[in-house]
Amino acid sequence: MKDPGLLLPLLVLAVIASAIGVVYSKHLSRKQFVELQRLESDRDEMNIEWGQLQLEQSTVATHGRIEELARLHLKMTMPDPNVVVIVQP
Amino acid sequence: MKSRGGMSEYVVRRRIVLGLFATAFVALVWRAVDLQVFNQDFLQNQGDARHLRVVTLAAHRGMILDRNGEPLAVSTPVDSVWANPQELATGREYWSALAKILQLDPDQMRRQLEARSEREFVYLKRHVDPTVAAQIRSLGAPGVALQREYRRYYPDGEVTAQVLGFTDVDDVGQEGLELAYEDWMRGESGAKRVIKDGKHSIIENVESIRPARPGRDLTLSIDRRIQYLAYRELKAAVQQHKARSGSVVVLDTTTGEILAMVNQPSYNPNNRSHLKPSQIRNRAVTDLFEPGSTLKAFTVACGLESGKYRPETQIDTTPGFYRVGSNLVRDVHNYGPLDVVGVIRKSSNVGSSKIALSLDKEMFWNKLHQLGFGTVSASGFPGEASGLLVNYRRWRIFEQATLSFGYGMSATPLQLAQAYGVLAADGEMRPASFLKLDKAPRGERVFSQRTAREMRLMLEEAVGPDGTAPAARVSGYRVGGKTGTVRKSIAGGYADNRYVSVFAGFAPSSKSRLAIAVMIDEPSNGDYYGGKVAAPVFSAVMAGALRLLNVAPDALEKPDVPTAQHVALGGQL
Repeated sequence: MKDPGLLLPLLVLAVIASAIGVVYSKHLSRKQFVELQRLESDRDEMNIEWGQLQLEQSTVATHGRIEELARLHLKMTMPDPNVVVIVQP
Repeated sequence: MKSRGGMSEYVVRRRIVLGLFATAFVALVWRAVDLQVFNQDFLQNQGDARHLRVVTLAAHRGMILDRNGEPLAVSTPVDSVWANPQELATGREYWSALAKILQLDPDQMRRQLEARSEREFVYLKRHVDPTVAAQIRSLGAPGVALQREYRRYYPDGEVTAQVLGFTDVDDVGQEGLELAYEDWMRGESGAKRVIKDGKHSIIENVESIRPARPGRDLTLSIDRRIQYLAYRELKAAVQQHKARSGSVVVLDTTTGEILAMVNQPSYNPNNRSHLKPSQIRNRAVTDLFEPGSTLKAFTVACGLESGKYRPETQIDTTPGFYRVGSNLVRDVHNYGPLDVVGVIRKSSNVGSSKIALSLDKEMFWNKLHQLGFGTVSASGFPGEASGLLVNYRRWRIFEQATLSFGYGMSATPLQLAQAYGVLAADGEMRPASFLKLDKAPRGERVFSQRTAREMRLMLEEAVGPDGTAPAARVSGYRVGGKTGTVRKSIAGGYADNRYVSVFAGFAPSSKSRLAIAVMIDEPSNGDYYGGKVAAPVFSAVMAGALRLLNVAPDALEKPDVPTAQHVALGGQL
């Protein structure tokens, strides 16, 4: 207050500094936002892939298919009842 | 003179210039005020409209899982191809390539686009394969874009078709449990406001209008393994006997959960292009039939409950028919004097009519009503049939007699399984449930524990060597059940050559776990007796289901079951 001649340039410098600060933080926030968008879309892609893999597993593990493979391909049969041992406690 | 004139000229010129400046300045200020104050809202809106966008946040439909967490219905994203006809009109050279990739008729596509040339959005094809979507993307036709949508897939296809139902092109439930639990499974798509730059990429989130809420998963009581087993056996039986249709219901009698429910004929819910309405119906809850002799178990149970009968009480069924009012009740043979066990074992209509006519009408009706006949079960399945059970006040004497052997009333396979579940659960009724339950609901007592146990012993006799259905037996387990061979009612009476084969029963008899009802409509390949057609299906499904559920055998004292030692030796040899 004693020397108004010095105060004005100081204030001008402070304003410029804060303006640059605003620009910089805006820039940072844009960058972070782009990163967030990318991560969210990654997450969605992974969710989709997970669902598709689940579906694929479920389709491959259909009982009809397993039975067919076991019976025709691997020549498996149900054991005859008289060779089954039932262990009783 | 000259200089003075020059001076005055200069003053005038100066005034004119100043005046022009002042006018321009006022005009500029006015324009600034006009834009900043009077037109601000309009201009702000226009500006926002050029870069603020509302984008939807897709939310997918919940999965349907079986009781062990295996997926039965999954929504997976697919792409739909849409176009802006106005933009696409600028690139006519792409049209034929586009039609080729999408496998559309080029002329039809052209007509469709020209008819909608004023619009800005038209679907070209919905739900395309990922390979087609990739081709569209690389083609780069102007105004053509892909939109992400969800499509429902059913890994088990026809095995679970009628129970699960299906969804439409917008993934909204249309039939079955998809419809019943629509609100639970439906996802609510959200929306947010964003700022987009000139390349249409989002550069800033402005506000969230509403968050996306993904649909919740639905865990059913269905056991995928038992469901498949039941479907396989039913399909084989329906084909072998050239039947019109069939249903199997498997209930867990300790909780009332439905472990399996299958129907024939079925369809593939993943490809519904050749779908007939008759295939969609979940016959196990919508199709009514007269339960026939399977109902005798409850007539006899009411007889025991009334205290007038004991299992050894003698009933004379000579001479094989019985006059009730002006009508006759007939048996297949003249069984002579039978005890109550014999009435069940031989399935005597005369015997059960005599028991029914000695009962109090109101009590008989009440018990049947409590067993779930004539009312919609608690399952909540859309379109479930209640069946017919005429009120006792309107019974004539012959109706009371025919009711005792399951004619003059109707029921669904689910109701029949549920009623046999009551006998299996020591006389307690538990509501049928399609959803997995954390703990067993409280049962409502219909029969005393003693009655239920005596009935189970009698029904074991019915599948014994002298009974009507030895084919229903399961090695290693005590099984009880009752056959029914029902003549189908047609206009003006009963058909001579059209039957419904039924078997309902439970196992293991000593500590019941499962109740199964099998219904096969119009077997037409020779055999039509319940004991020949339905009972083998029951036996095969029961044997497999008991093994899958690790239920301990309760009939191992038979000598032909080898001990561990024998087999160990046999294995060495």
